[in-house]
Amino acid sequence: MTAPWFDSVADAGKRLAEVGYLADQATATTTYLAGVLEKPLLVEGPAGVGKTELAKAIARATGADLVRLQCYEGLDEARALYEWNYKKQLLRIQASGADQSWADTHDDIFSEEFLLTRPLLTAIRREEPTVLLIDEVDKTDVEVEGLLLEVLSDFQVTIPELGTMVAVRRPLVVLTSNATRELSEAVRRRCLYLHIDYPDAEREHAIVVSQVDGIEDVLARQVVETVGRLRALELRKSPSIAESVDWARTLVALQTETLDAAAIDATLGVVLKHASDLDRAVRELRLR
Amino acid sequence: MTLLDRHLAFVKALRAAGLPVSLSEGLDAVHAVGALGLGDREALRAAYAATLVKRQPHRPAFDQVFDLYFPALVGNGTVPREKHQLDGDLGADRVGLSADGPEELAEFREALRGALGVGDPDALRALAREAVQRFGLIRGRGPGEQRWSSYNVMNRVSPAELVGSDDPSTRRLREAQAQVFEGLVEAEVRRRAAEVRGPEHVAKYTVRRSIDQLDFTSARRADLEEMRREIGPLARRLATRLNRHKASRRRGPVDFRHTVRASMSSGGVPLEIRHRPRRPTRSDLVVLCDVSGSVASFAGFTLMLVFALREQFDRVRAFTFVDEIHEVTDRFRTGGDPAETLASLAASAQHATLWGRTHYGRAFTRFAEEHRDALTPKTNLLVLGDARSNYSDLALPVVADLVKAARHAWWLNPESTRHWGTGDSAARDYAALMPMVECRNLVQLGQFVSDLA
Repeated sequence: MTAPWFDSVADAGKRLAEVGYLADQATATTTYLAGVLEKPLLVEGPAGVGKTELAKAIARATGADLVRLQCYEGLDEARALYEWNYKKQLLRIQASGADQSWADTHDDIFSEEFLLTRPLLTAIRREEPTVLLIDEVDKTDVEVEGLLLEVLSDFQVTIPELGTMVAVRRPLVVLTSNATRELSEAVRRRCLYLHIDYPDAEREHAIVVSQVDGIEDVLARQVVETVGRLRALELRKSPSIAESVDWARTLVALQTETLDAAAIDATLGVVLKHASDLDRAVRELRLR
Repeated sequence: MTLLDRHLAFVKALRAAGLPVSLSEGLDAVHAVGALGLGDREALRAAYAATLVKRQPHRPAFDQVFDLYFPALVGNGTVPREKHQLDGDLGADRVGLSADGPEELAEFREALRGALGVGDPDALRALAREAVQRFGLIRGRGPGEQRWSSYNVMNRVSPAELVGSDDPSTRRLREAQAQVFEGLVEAEVRRRAAEVRGPEHVAKYTVRRSIDQLDFTSARRADLEEMRREIGPLARRLATRLNRHKASRRRGPVDFRHTVRASMSSGGVPLEIRHRPRRPTRSDLVVLCDVSGSVASFAGFTLMLVFALREQFDRVRAFTFVDEIHEVTDRFRTGGDPAETLASLAASAQHATLWGRTHYGRAFTRFAEEHRDALTPKTNLLVLGDARSNYSDLALPVVADLVKAARHAWWLNPESTRHWGTGDSAARDYAALMPMVECRNLVQLGQFVSDLA
């Protein structure tokens, strides 16, 4: 039995805060549970609320290494799990000459030397504490989900030529999703689920202050309040934490002291990225 | 009731509320609760939510059921329970917090006005509790039985009138707060009811289904707004799925030349097979929507969804009708604001109205007269409506002709199948001419549109 990831919920919250990730109660609790129950953690939520950052923060807080599998359309077994190094195998066969029997060659070319490990297999075979981040899992094809199932439920990978490789030490798995595609029930069932939403004003203020150097408290409050108002509008893309932080940085760089209508108007493009959203915000906040 | 019984009853209630909770998830929940202990109610909620709720749309239903089975407090909370029961029995001379009268009402509304401005969730929760206790009590059926009504509370307190503010964005915030207050009052009433009649009973009758399973025809205004917000993400999900599906079909026959060329790097061994791309085929779509009162929101949603997916079709044309036909294709712009589009669509309903009574036969005849050229052998025809035509002429031969002119035709009906053909519904008559599909909620709508594209 290895050392636990976190001692308690409070400990999880505290250690995440120490590395610069301000988690709310639900996030801290679920993170702690993911460590205790050794189950993968599926994180969903709007873009830019810190889903990927959570995995990185867990790795930093626990001193574990982060292994990242970035998912994209067309990702396959060869890029996610493992691949045989065909070219090297070909070379080996050509170099072996006539004196070696086929059986020897066959056994030889399917050994670890010719195995290219990809993130999932790497994470399972590591002996040090590891956080495995499977980022944007909704971007993959349905077949990849099937291949994740064995890894997520039993922490093992079966390679037909070598046998089943069981995790030496179970990694803490974090999956993130933007819900561009419904994940299958099978994946959901194996995971703990956490929905991260836009934070409340207090927490967002704390995040902005901690992320942006040299920001005045008043300005930070104004930014958070305005972003809160923008979220209340029905926009195509509501501003997320990443955008509030960017906005605060912009305002600090422009040496703005108070966020008045003119300042908002000049910098609104940092927060809103659609023309129709900009129009609506200008109208609702009475900027022009 | 032991803790395990309560857990099992809770899981059962969640399943009844439409959450797919599997056996293994239930076990996970028990492990999670074991790991956390029962000290903190919010931690318990987080533990259950992490293990049992795997989709955000299910979350409101989960929270409702959780509040019923693990209530935050028992009885009045503010006064001791024994005293409260005594008060209830005496009925007439209730004192302290449960006092009710014009002055108390005015005083309470003033307090609520303040709380709506500040937006402090704890204050709102306390006020909601107080409001239900003071203004929500109604006489139960049995002697001495107590019941509470959120309708009574909202009627008397009417928080919507307290919102008043000139600045539109401030008003929006306060309106949101007022809605939060209404939700809290409803939760409080459910909690009180659960105390009297048991959580199973209350969960069965009051917990609402998740928004994507809610019927269009039974949706309230707030639900409709929520549904409208769901349309965008739903369209995005469908588009992704369709693009993927198309991509997988795009692989045509093996491209021999390409494959041999690619095999050079592996010494002539063809490790990777290359395929020739397939020609994409897309179809036209013509949508005819009934936009009269009851089904207008359904038509609006369907149109939004169809236009959000317009890349999947070669060309889309949309017409609305009540008893006159009117083309609305130009109201949908790429990148347009969904709320504005729906509003302008609703405004255009007057162009589709001549006398104001739904008349399917006349609408179809007018369509055949004016826009017959919209239908080609490449066109898919989609009719949206409840087929309730006020017992007027159905123009069945015209419809049969339209169906023949199009490649495929479907009718989407927002009513449940068992209501088809009842009253003035001509669903059965039209269903004989073209396949009619029941489409009552967002799930069914999404399913149909993705099959169509």
